[in-house]
Amino acid sequence: MKELRLMKGNEALAEAAIRAGADAYFGYPITPQSEVIEYLMRENPVDRTGMQVLQAESEVAAINMVYGAAGCGKRAITSSSSPGISLKMEGISYLAGAELPCVIVNVVRAGPGLGTIQPSQSDYFQAVKGGGHGDYKLIVLAPATVQESVDFVRLAFDLAFKYRNPVMILSDGIIGQMMEKVELFEQQPRIAEAEEWATVGKKPGKDSVIVTSLQLQSEEQEKVNLRLQAKYREVEKNEVRFETYQCEDAEYLFVAFGSCARITRKAMEMARNKGIRVGLMRPQTLYPFPAEELHRLAGQVRGILTVEMNAGQMVEDVRLAVNGVTGVGHFGRFGGMIPSPDEILNALEKQFIGG
Amino acid sequence: MTEEIIIAGFGGQGVLSMGQILCYGGVMQDKEVSWMPSYGPEMRGGTANCTAIISDTEISSPVLTRFDTAIVLNQPSMDKFEDAVKPGGLLIYEENGMTRKPRRTDINICSIAAYDESVKMNNTKVFNMIVIGGVLKVRPILELENVIRGLKKVLPERYHHLIPLNEEAIHRGMEIIKTQHQVD
Repeated sequence: MKELRLMKGNEALAEAAIRAGADAYFGYPITPQSEVIEYLMRENPVDRTGMQVLQAESEVAAINMVYGAAGCGKRAITSSSSPGISLKMEGISYLAGAELPCVIVNVVRAGPGLGTIQPSQSDYFQAVKGGGHGDYKLIVLAPATVQESVDFVRLAFDLAFKYRNPVMILSDGIIGQMMEKVELFEQQPRIAEAEEWATVGKKPGKDSVIVTSLQLQSEEQEKVNLRLQAKYREVEKNEVRFETYQCEDAEYLFVAFGSCARITRKAMEMARNKGIRVGLMRPQTLYPFPAEELHRLAGQVRGILTVEMNAGQMVEDVRLAVNGVTGVGHFGRFGGMIPSPDEILNALEKQFIGG
Repeated sequence: MTEEIIIAGFGGQGVLSMGQILCYGGVMQDKEVSWMPSYGPEMRGGTANCTAIISDTEISSPVLTRFDTAIVLNQPSMDKFEDAVKPGGLLIYEENGMTRKPRRTDINICSIAAYDESVKMNNTKVFNMIVIGGVLKVRPILELENVIRGLKKVLPERYHHLIPLNEEAIHRGMEIIKTQHQVD
């Protein structure tokens, strides 16, 4: 039975974690993400599904608890906001290195440093390009609605276990705090058979399983790197997700993700009312990036404007994908300021149409 | 139909819950809805606002800078949002505590003495429901019945005995709202 509710993005995401059959949540409060842990504490899912919820003593502790749970083959999730995610980065690199599945939610606020608690997209680089050390990739999902905050939790667990890789959900203060109608999926069973790689105790006659990211022999470490790279190519081949709006006849193209894509869509509607034929591409996966489709679209438009709540991060991936086929510009507000649809339309006209 | 509403006032006036009640009413009437609160330092400093959008079609941006209707419950909110009303749109203000009248001549303007009315009802907590009544009178975007159903969703069950009181407050609001300025 599907249920329709009006929920905050953060609360909907927390409910989705329970319903996705998560075994454990480990976290530490920080605005604008605290509703995730507050909802889980209130809901006390140990009574519903047996899922454990624990407020750790710090973000560093929380991510290492995720490592421990994931090492046992359990479905673990953690959430934080930008400064807290920076603290988790060492653990995230270890999770990627040990090829452990888990879900990490970043409800982004503006930085650098403690910054402000208002919404931002300034952690794109950190999420997509690394953040932690070493040559690794996270699968990064960017919800634009409360509904996607729910659906992507389930998808994130599926992808994490399919590829034995950490998956990040890159939300932000807008998506986390806003309320929308949401359809919740049915409760998924929690207890699953432990996977072969899980450290759940050596059985007689079986080899012992070791979960580690340490390889002191370079020859061995290179094999690990090659295996990771082969996995990332598979991810790039299979898991690209995006949406396009009114691109069929578009002369210009917006590219935007997450909450910014919602605002940009309004700018697109305003532009169309003025007779400017503009479309919108919204990557739902930031890694893997929808480079191929973007390259194809670039061939049919006179210019592309990337709109982000940062000083220009995704625009680098857009330029790589477009590869000079057409002009690529960037419009951004930052520091917790949210661009208005008027500003975005203005930027398009100024940069490309000659206003 | 798309109605883009900003509701602004002091923390404690029920600004955020007004938006939620309208959105829940919208859900009951099978509309698309979106509710976006101000959060953080603004709210901690005493002023609060929220954007509520109710629409027949999919909602693009949850964050807006121009509105069909602004409901302002104190002077700082009027100062901030009077200019954000679209030409031909609607501004509703609470009379109590305002130090100046709105200046716009290209929008519809209504006033409501909701605080005074709530005192007459011996319950200042129903203040925001009186305002909602006023809004629904001049902007009948939702059926009263659906707003009450929405209210049941927002109010915890232990307060459900207060629903008749809230319904009365809505009716009072419908009666006392005054038109100050009208454009064609």
